[in-house]
Amino acid sequence: MARIIVVTSGKGGVGKTTTSAAIAMGLAKKGHKTAVIDFDVGLRNLDLIMGCERRVVYDFVNVINGEATLNQALIKDKNCSMLYILPASQTRDKDALSQEGVGKVLDELKKDFKYIVCDSPAGIEKGAHLAMYFADDAFIVTNPEVSSVRDSDRMLGILSSKSRRAEQNEEPIKEYLLLSRYSPDRVRLGEMLSVDDVQEILSLHLLGVIPESKSVLNASNSGIPVILDEKSDAGQAYADIVGRYLGEDKPHRFIDEKKGLFGKLFGGK
Amino acid sequence: MSTDSQQHTHHSAALEFKSSTFSVPVLVLASNDRVIIEQQLQEKVQRAPEFFKNSPLVLDLQELNKRESDINVSELVHLIRKLELLPIGLRGGTAEQNQQALELGIPVHSGHNVTAASETQKQPQAKIDVAPEPQVFATATTLITLPVRSGQRIYAEGDLVILAQVSAGAEILAEGNIHVYGSLRGRALAGVLGNTAARIFCSDLQAELISIAGNYKVSEDLNGTVLNQPVQIYLQNHALVIKDI
Ligand SMILES: Nc1ncnc2c1ncn2[C@@H]1O[C@H](COP(=O)(O)OP(=O)(O)O)[C@@H](O)[C@H]1O
Ligand SMILES: [Mg+2]
Repeated sequence: MARIIVVTSGKGGVGKTTTSAAIAMGLAKKGHKTAVIDFDVGLRNLDLIMGCERRVVYDFVNVINGEATLNQALIKDKNCSMLYILPASQTRDKDALSQEGVGKVLDELKKDFKYIVCDSPAGIEKGAHLAMYFADDAFIVTNPEVSSVRDSDRMLGILSSKSRRAEQNEEPIKEYLLLSRYSPDRVRLGEMLSVDDVQEILSLHLLGVIPESKSVLNASNSGIPVILDEKSDAGQAYADIVGRYLGEDKPHRFIDEKKGLFGKLFGGK
Repeated sequence: MSTDSQQHTHHSAALEFKSSTFSVPVLVLASNDRVIIEQQLQEKVQRAPEFFKNSPLVLDLQELNKRESDINVSELVHLIRKLELLPIGLRGGTAEQNQQALELGIPVHSGHNVTAASETQKQPQAKIDVAPEPQVFATATTLITLPVRSGQRIYAEGDLVILAQVSAGAEILAEGNIHVYGSLRGRALAGVLGNTAARIFCSDLQAELISIAGNYKVSEDLNGTVLNQPVQIYLQNHALVIKDI
């Protein structure tokens, strides 16, 4: 059975697109046929991070409007033949996506793909809503700061009440926490929330911690998902995350056990 | 022809009438001074703005009319809407007031009609007009097993039992008692229809606001000795008492 994964957060700039590209590549490299869809209509940048921006002919909105077939719009990744990218439109506005249209495209993708990764736009408006609506699993990308955690909490509320699974009283979306741009040094200085702080606020299963890393910028500048940079800490963190998601037992790394800002402010436990 | 109508019966019905009971706050007016009404209503709304925002409301003019103090319904409705409350019914109005309400598209509740204050009151209900209406509180319990997240709001007609956390930015309301077995970080309002005997129980108090029957405290008012503690909260002489359990 195909699974639809939404990568979401509420807040912008926390690493959703970076994460979508990395885990889609990770799943594909493990031999699972995977599609990654950019839901950020008007701002497309998944194709930049995947390094396929110069091969975009048709986009997600063209497919929904019947102006192109799915096969015409899907771009095969240059590094991995199991990975396909469905880019967003740069020229349309957000209303170009409809729930019915998105549902149709996903249904068609499900026939052919094992994993469908949906890169959500920021916010809790229509685009983010459509990206999560059909999901089976949700990767909640959070940065270790209060506002990001609060936005993630709000998004979790939306997942549990406004998704297709919630509306049809099915088993709820499986939610996973990805704590990104984590810096143990800054946690130690009390400038950031610690892993424990975030988990206590969100009470959510931690899939992995991605450290703050220069390798992310380098990777996106060269149009290669950071998970392919196997020597980098962020690349390894994403590889661990994909492994854990697929059921492998991998101990957590890149965490430093120290009490963070939250613990200091509220006295911890 | 007959096949035509048969085909129609095969279509699933596009609509259906169902009978439901809703609990809606009733605004009982004891004064016809619009300035005073506005002022006092505003105070109430500000205590729990999230709760009151766009809340439906039934207007009760019975007390006023008993004292023969008239009020213009359309001015009253205008004032209430300005405070972002939505009047959805009128009861206890005079014939003229009912007419004004209907012109504004506001249904008239016939049960408590008084045509004129001077008219002999045959109904036995007239007696309970002196004392506040005896209130019947629902006893059903609502059980929530998943976290209540920021932006979510849960309303229970009876007691509310939450086995998970209530996040900051979430709001839980009950006409009866509230029990929270995870951390309570959001807003918790018990006895929202005026049940002063309602209580809040929680295993870890970090709330943004706690309220019983409209008597509230915000997080700033909570002192360090009760924070992060398992506590119960109840009313004593119109004041909230927070006690550890
Ligand atoms: N682990 C990380 N370390 C350093 N920079 C990161 C990391 N993850 C993301 N970034 C940077 O943060 C910015 C926002 O990332 P992006 O994935 O586009 O976020 P979103 O899709 O949530 O808006 C980008 O400049 C990206 O390079
Ligand atoms: Mg993005």
